[in-house]
Amino acid sequence: MEGWDPNTKSALTQIPLLSIKAGPRDGAAWTQRLKEEYKALIAYTGMNKSNDNDWFRISAANSEGTRWTGKCWYVHNLLKYEFDLQFDIPVTYPLTAPEIELPQLDGKTHKMYRGGKICLTVHFKPLWAKNCPRFGIAHALCLGLAPWLAAEIPILVDSGMIKHKDDSASSSES
Amino acid sequence: MDVELKEMLDDLQALKRSLPDPSHQASIDKLQVHVEHLTNLAQYAPARRSKVKDMSAEVVDSNPYSRLMALQRMGIVENYERIREFSVAIVGIGGVGSVAAEMLTRCGIGRLLLYDYDKVELANMNRLFFRPEQVGMTKTDAAVQTLSDINPDVVLESYTLNITTVQGFETFMSSLRKKTFRPKKEGSGVDLVLSCVDNYEARMVVNQACNELNQTWMESGVSEDAVSGHIQLLIPGETACFACAPPLVVASGVDERTLKREGVCAASLPTTMGVVAGLLVQNTLKFLLKFGHVSPYLGYNALKDYFPTMEMRPNPQCSNASCLERQKEYLLAKPARDAAAKAKMEAEALVVAECPIHVDNEWNISVVDDSELDRTDGRSSDALPEGLTHELPTADEFEKQPTPETTFNSVDDLDDLRRQLDALNAD
Ligand SMILES: [Zn+2]
Repeated sequence: MEGWDPNTKSALTQIPLLSIKAGPRDGAAWTQRLKEEYKALIAYTGMNKSNDNDWFRISAANSEGTRWTGKCWYVHNLLKYEFDLQFDIPVTYPLTAPEIELPQLDGKTHKMYRGGKICLTVHFKPLWAKNCPRFGIAHALCLGLAPWLAAEIPILVDSGMIKHKDDSASSSES
Repeated sequence: MDVELKEMLDDLQALKRSLPDPSHQASIDKLQVHVEHLTNLAQYAPARRSKVKDMSAEVVDSNPYSRLMALQRMGIVENYERIREFSVAIVGIGGVGSVAAEMLTRCGIGRLLLYDYDKVELANMNRLFFRPEQVGMTKTDAAVQTLSDINPDVVLESYTLNITTVQGFETFMSSLRKKTFRPKKEGSGVDLVLSCVDNYEARMVVNQACNELNQTWMESGVSEDAVSGHIQLLIPGETACFACAPPLVVASGVDERTLKREGVCAASLPTTMGVVAGLLVQNTLKFLLKFGHVSPYLGYNALKDYFPTMEMRPNPQCSNASCLERQKEYLLAKPARDAAAKAKMEAEALVVAECPIHVDNEWNISVVDDSELDRTDGRSSDALPEGLTHELPTADEFEKQPTPETTFNSVDDLDDLRRQLDALNAD
């Protein structure tokens, strides 16, 4: 795993691996795969919580489990920045990874394709391809989204492209 | 508009005659000059040409097809007019797809099916085809607008959807199957699918659809550093499919470690995209109209002006089930194919005997039997010609692991698992 930081590596190794190679058009096999996806996500979310590193919420937005929505956040200079998170499971999954979207950041950074799809590092796709079908949604979040937020949010905040939600309103609480 | 301008001129002249006071003459003359100028301008305003029923070879400046039909007169193409029978689907109407669509439209293709989910942005203006006033329109609508102006003879269908989603894929498949344009056509409703998408995920989806439909297609791509590209012909069962081996890309010669990716996703050049679109449509025309050699793979290295070529056999261990089915069918059809090839050879031998042309063979060109060609079995990297590399590694040999349930989660009901995640998400 050349090119990955130690935190990502250690988190990744603790996420349970999946075994069923099935996509959303594969009927009963997809249901089996979906169970594995849930198990991995449950394990990863629980692990983040116990490590005091909780950073996303994700749940299926339809009963087929082909569309997922949620939130992710990143703490920079003691302030929490939160974003909507969404993606579809492609018909060729798990051969190809889901394309993770942060629609609120669309057009704010060059490290994004149209529609708010995050631009993954050169290391992501080869690792995903090598590990098909063992990697699932939890692995995509850990290897794709977490490093992206860590690299891009500080730049977006420091350049003024995104503002903390309390910044705009005059805070009466304090 | 010119009728109204003409009436306005007449009215002005009548007014001039009827006015007794000559002090208004000068201002009426001025108005007249303005109207005449507008009349001149109106002559150049966009006028749509009417549809043409038959392609004519007549060389007059009002015939949009005379230079294309000349290909037939010169003996390059046997029957150019057949182009009006063909349907081509273009997936991805970006820097390559839109230019390919314009080329096929100008060539008088019968029908184009256009697929994209994106909108035109100012950031696209470094590429060809789209215009600044189209910003905000869907790429498919903007393309139909421009293409129908250029050539109203082409039947245009636009599909604004993302083919990688389950729903988008279903619409994509049914649109390819639909045979209303040429009901007697065998197989699917299109003659060729052109993949002009910009990512691996979408290419794998086009591959999936074409393997299932037994549909011949061509792949095209431009590298993210904008200095190399390629086109590839894929015939299910006969050539390697897109999943048979990791994707082949042209090595740009730039060291990946020195390539600066900080702050950018992808670069693009209208030149590289235009070259790749040109190579793609050239191969398409040769394939559809049956002339010249249809390239199985043609790479383009812009830094060195180097064009590597190769051919790839399908992988008998391909991960795509439909690919394996097509491979089986192709093997079963071998006797029929051999008989057809033999009949063709005999017919050609007859023609050669009658009129021995090219006896001197000035350039020492010899015909090589197809089977003698160096065909690579896409899987091994060592067999690749110089200048080509695999973009991704193959999946590791996957051993069945002990069922993970026993180790970390014994629940095996989908609803229970969903509730478990919801509970974790709640706090
Ligand atoms: Zn294959």
